[in-house]
Amino acid sequence: MPYSVPRLSDFSPAVLDEAARELLSALDQESAAVDSESDWKLYRDRWMARKNGALTQLNDLWLKAAPGQNKRDVGQRVNELKIKVEQTVEATLSRIQSGTSSSRLAAERLDITLPGIRRSIGAEHPVIKTMNEIIGVFRNLGYSVEEGPEIETDYYNFEALNFPPNHPARDTQDTLFIAGQDTKALRDRLLLRTHTSPVQIRTMQKMKPPVRVVCPGKVHRNDAPDATHSPIFHQVEGLAVDTSITFCDLKGTLDHAMKALFGSNVKTRFYPSFFPFTEPSADVQISCIFCDGKGTRDGAPCRNCKASGWIELLGCGMVDPNVYGFVDYDTAKVSGFAFGMGVERIAILKYGVDDIQLFFNGDVRFLQQFA
Amino acid sequence: MKISPSWLRDFVDLPVDYRRLADELTLAGVAVEGISGDGENTVYEMEITTNRPDAMNHYGVAREASALYDLPLRPIEPKLPAAQGKSEVTIEIQEPELCPRFTAREIRGAHVKPSPAQIAARLQLIDQRPISNAVDATNYVLWESGKPTHVFDLDLLEGRRLVIRKARAGETLKTLDGVECKLATEDLVVADAVKPVGLAGVMGGFDTMITEKTKNILIESAWWDPVTVRRMSKRHGIHTDASHRFERGADFESTVPSTNRVAELILNSGGGTLVGDVIDVIARKMDQAPVELDLREVDRILGERLSTVEISRILSRLGFALMAGNEDRYLVHIPSWRLDIEREIDIIEEIARLHGYDKFPNTLPAYAGEVRDLPDAHKDGRIRSTLLALGYDEAISLTFISKDDARRFSKVAELDLANPLSDEASVMRTSLVPSMLNLLAYNLNRGSENVRLFEAGKAFEAAGEKAVERKQIVFGATGIVDSGVVRGLSAGAEARPLSFFDLKGDVEDLLGQFGYWELGYDAQTAGYYHPGRSARAVMDGAMVAQFGQIHPDVAAARKLKQDVFIAELYLDRLYQHDLRAVRYEALPRFPAVERDFSFVFADAVEFETIRQRVMGLGIAELRSFVPIEIFRGEKVGAVKYSILLRAKFQSADRTLRDDEVAAWAGQIAKALEELGGVQRA
Repeated sequence: MPYSVPRLSDFSPAVLDEAARELLSALDQESAAVDSESDWKLYRDRWMARKNGALTQLNDLWLKAAPGQNKRDVGQRVNELKIKVEQTVEATLSRIQSGTSSSRLAAERLDITLPGIRRSIGAEHPVIKTMNEIIGVFRNLGYSVEEGPEIETDYYNFEALNFPPNHPARDTQDTLFIAGQDTKALRDRLLLRTHTSPVQIRTMQKMKPPVRVVCPGKVHRNDAPDATHSPIFHQVEGLAVDTSITFCDLKGTLDHAMKALFGSNVKTRFYPSFFPFTEPSADVQISCIFCDGKGTRDGAPCRNCKASGWIELLGCGMVDPNVYGFVDYDTAKVSGFAFGMGVERIAILKYGVDDIQLFFNGDVRFLQQFA
Repeated sequence: MKISPSWLRDFVDLPVDYRRLADELTLAGVAVEGISGDGENTVYEMEITTNRPDAMNHYGVAREASALYDLPLRPIEPKLPAAQGKSEVTIEIQEPELCPRFTAREIRGAHVKPSPAQIAARLQLIDQRPISNAVDATNYVLWESGKPTHVFDLDLLEGRRLVIRKARAGETLKTLDGVECKLATEDLVVADAVKPVGLAGVMGGFDTMITEKTKNILIESAWWDPVTVRRMSKRHGIHTDASHRFERGADFESTVPSTNRVAELILNSGGGTLVGDVIDVIARKMDQAPVELDLREVDRILGERLSTVEISRILSRLGFALMAGNEDRYLVHIPSWRLDIEREIDIIEEIARLHGYDKFPNTLPAYAGEVRDLPDAHKDGRIRSTLLALGYDEAISLTFISKDDARRFSKVAELDLANPLSDEASVMRTSLVPSMLNLLAYNLNRGSENVRLFEAGKAFEAAGEKAVERKQIVFGATGIVDSGVVRGLSAGAEARPLSFFDLKGDVEDLLGQFGYWELGYDAQTAGYYHPGRSARAVMDGAMVAQFGQIHPDVAAARKLKQDVFIAELYLDRLYQHDLRAVRYEALPRFPAVERDFSFVFADAVEFETIRQRVMGLGIAELRSFVPIEIFRGEKVGAVKYSILLRAKFQSADRTLRDDEVAAWAGQIAKALEELGGVQRA
């Protein structure tokens, strides 16, 4: 039912107010429905045509019909409404002319369910990302970063770390050697470092205690590649030497670090091991992050921890006094600890990767998962 | 190494079940890695660290359990009948340094036959194959107490005599495994009067071994120098249970008890008579000095005070003897089977591991030092984040390449590996390019056609006796560009093949992070690049990068069917420059005016020549001069190109007048004509 100007019998302010509200509401509603210039012309005429337009009717039905004592009040109201109507009709025209008519917007509609056009963002390598996370944890504990060469001498990789020549512990390292070194003294022969521990020696040679460093880097072993072995991998070595560092400090530091890396619910367990350059030496296990240390998952034995509830993660120990001998530290005055962890191993745990080769073949289908 | 927990019961009354025992042994440092079987047939797979040869046997593991649970350890005490007569066997040690002790014992008239069931069953349980009672006796003793021994057929030893000497040039020995060994003069052998009959500490000889015909037996138990045994084992490629233990250090005091234990087992199973006393030749005494232990040092290293009672209990159960000295000091006598214990710290470790590592509280040490980054950390970080933002995925490849690739992709002296994994990985990489090409090929072969990868790593070269490591970044790209990107195709995104200029843009973004006076590009690139589509970036006189399309021949050799682009950044040179310092420049307040120039040039005229000429006009208000469009074709003519250039003029302090802009445009047009350019209508 389109709006038409009502004939009034009562010209009290309340009635006039109500009638004005109805008129303005109809004006706006009709304006919103205007979609094209031809629509607008009809709209304009309905409200402003001299003959039978709403404004004309207002004049006839309200102003002329009003009794004398109300004439002044009604006249004022009709004037105000007239201005409003003119403004609205004009605004309606500029709206459709500026092109934001609903039909035009409808024509411009996109299927917003189509995929976005994405600028590809490169993915950080999961091993480097993990390595940086580990470094971050230790930086917050006051550790500086050091690095050393990937091609080392026998001296730094073995001798100064208390692996004497011909010691069986050297066998466990599966070393890759540089060719043509036979004429040199053993300690000068070049090899690919089998661990980042040589950086410990290089660091202690150049600075006096207190020392607190982490040494990230690539290491090499003579291991044929398969799902669990790689001739290259990465380690983060840590070293803290000061006047009163104890085995309890070593435990507390690594317990904190493992919680920072794997979550505060993780528990650590230390048990004796052997490394020539630490004594006492320890291996560290964390409670299995897959079964929360229960050893079973979904009613079956947990495969990740072989149902033991524990996962072996890193090696550590108090720096062996023999090592201090190689770097001129006073064994009686200082003490310290060292630790080393395999970055791939931690990344494998964090991301559930089942083949270490995926880290090294550059497959973008793998790498992009870490973007 | 396999250990039967029920066998341990011979020596200690275990207070816990086998599963718990396994766990608690592991936490004390003798690790049980796996458990198989049930009940009395339970077998532990143990991983004993190389410093603990004393624990590589049942008695040694039992000793750990006795210390762990504070229980007595029953000794092994062979019961032998009284010996008859005198042995005629003589022993001569010619190498006292390498063989300080050699013990032997003679049994006559024994029957060689299968071992008694209990012995055979125990050996089988730990995967040892029973052979005969005499041989099994030595094997049983090895697994019982850890001491390797050997038995000879005495009648096959010439001259009833054993000599411990170096092998002579040309001598050979057929070892028990039937292999004929050519002996080196550094080899240490056990010989009879004529010939070698055993490779010391490694393996006995075939020709003097026990057979069914054997009647008279000579038992050997010696102490061999670990390094000598290790060298022989490596030289001949023979690793045995005996060499494994000797090279880690055997128990000097065990030669006599082990000889007697073998004799006891043979006599019990095969009968026979013990002839003469044990022959025990000590050429040199082993020096095992007692160690001073200061309880304050225990506190200093471990960080928690342990009771003297506990320390004393742990050490004595392990066979150490403590003598109290002044204050907190003790003198600790080391048992002969613990060659790994020489210093105070070694004893502290024993105390800590049997106290239980997990009983020590967790504390954090105080620290008041500085925290330093690596010197190039900021530059590394900036390059890496820029490459990630440009859409390159980070990759890591092997450090080794083939000799062919080393020669093809570099001119430096390469470092060969002495024991490479394969020919394809026999040289330390001299360039990161071949591995990057391999990574790209790997992806293309797996259906990923749009690939962008980068790797940060080191290239290696030989410099005299030294190895030089240079940090580099290589990035590679292939495939299409889609709205300036390579992935995330969507409806309406326009795709075009990746080009040299995409790569150059990335190089410019990276180099633009650094401060420099002058950066230029020329075409003097390595031979593995396409000669017409590659460039070298020279920053203040030093080449900091080269990049471009890979030479079609190189691509074909690697079966790369689509165009592949590579860039190399030489960080040792690039990092001579600091990161660009950012200085704010006031924003323009007056409008810019643009003028276009459409010219035809000969191909020989490069854009850089044009740019330098125009910039060289010295028009201060000329803010930029860039190419907008390039066109080649019949309309332009052969070896020519048409180029649309745009100059932008702007002043910092006024609005430019038409007449001055026209004058500048005239100057530019004239300069372009002087370069041989022809203005197009």
